[in-house]
Amino acid sequence: MPALGADMEAGTLVEWLKRPGERIARGDPVAVVETQKGAIEIESFQPGVLAEIRVDVGRRVPVGEVLALIRGEDEAAAPARAAARPMAPPALPGVRISPAARRLAEAEGIDVAALHPGADGNIGLAEVEAARAARPFAPAPTARTPAERGLDLVAMRQAIAAAMARSQREIPHYFVGSTLELSTLLAWLEHVNAARPPAARLLYLVPLLKAMARALAAVPELNGHFVDGRFVRAEAVHIGVAVALRGGGLIAPAIHGVDRLDLDALMAKLDDLVLRVRGGRLRGSELADPTITVSNLGERTADALLPVIYPPQVAIVGCGQIAPRPWAVDGALAVRPAMTITVAGDHRVSDGRSAARFLARVGELLQAPEAL
Amino acid sequence: MNARDPVELARAALLGVAPDLAGERIEPDTPFRDQFDFDSMDFMHFVAGLAKTTGLDIPERDYPRLQSLRDCARYLEEHGWRAA
Repeated sequence: MPALGADMEAGTLVEWLKRPGERIARGDPVAVVETQKGAIEIESFQPGVLAEIRVDVGRRVPVGEVLALIRGEDEAAAPARAAARPMAPPALPGVRISPAARRLAEAEGIDVAALHPGADGNIGLAEVEAARAARPFAPAPTARTPAERGLDLVAMRQAIAAAMARSQREIPHYFVGSTLELSTLLAWLEHVNAARPPAARLLYLVPLLKAMARALAAVPELNGHFVDGRFVRAEAVHIGVAVALRGGGLIAPAIHGVDRLDLDALMAKLDDLVLRVRGGRLRGSELADPTITVSNLGERTADALLPVIYPPQVAIVGCGQIAPRPWAVDGALAVRPAMTITVAGDHRVSDGRSAARFLARVGELLQAPEAL
Repeated sequence: MNARDPVELARAALLGVAPDLAGERIEPDTPFRDQFDFDSMDFMHFVAGLAKTTGLDIPERDYPRLQSLRDCARYLEEHGWRAA
């Protein structure tokens, strides 16, 4: 049973999509598991034959328990684990795994029992990283949303509450905000969008996300995870984008490598993500690996929010609506479109100064949107 | 003149974005945003759908005039659509 996010402890097996003896290609959905984030299709990481089903339909299974055995194509006798990704301690005697390594393996859906110990005989972050790099196929469980799969909104609310209560309990938050004047950005967007058909236009969230992703390069202490008492900086910028579900609830799946995407590619990713949150399928990695989250209230909502960090992340950015505001220009009063952006940071990792630097950099980048 | 009910055109574009609304009553004067938790992505798809079925090039500055079903019908009427 894979862990899809820090708050998942168990899932209920609702359907086997393959039968024992059936051939499985890499990426084939093997089982459907009901979680607080909806029904997730668990896919196989490797080709083979489904050798044995270990969990009956209807059973609630803790994260880490073996669901089934898949025998590799060329393995006659020794069955290989695939659909199952146990998080339990490795059975190998004498091999220790560090808590941080276990956490990373869990987040990545890597079977710690299959890891090779390092030179010191133990498994650390380096060994997990190596396994991640060597993995031929990223885990891609998929989820469908409320309308299609009857998502339990009460369970989702409980999951949100559990994560936020943990956040409030463990993370010493600080909040720093700035109001950014956005006339340059909006004029540029209007110009770009005027030449495009409606379906190809960019939302303002797109340059905003890109500016934030680039600004994080100057403040890496806001981008990463706090695990086992220390900050683990993330090299990539995977921004979790909070998407509301109609009827209630919220999911913040990641767009991967935002700093490396051009605006059109980012718009396409965002569009795809929102579509899949609402009516399609989410991938396990999207739920498990955001390095920072952005919550954008959107048009005609409210001016500002003080967001709560989603653990184990160390920062979250809240964007209020864009609205016309009185603005001082060359000593006189003008009316300009502006947005209040608030950063919540984790005092165990950074101070308000980091968030202030981040906001200043975002403001600078948005003054030259054509360069994003 | 185009003989297609502008309200039906707008309703069809709305269902294109939110198929789960089929059969539900749509309040003609309440903005989609308030009625169905529409966000800017939903709205973009709605306008794109409307532009596709009508052939209209709907510029962004007209978006505020397309917030509710009645708004949309009025907008389409101004651009030549009438109920048959």
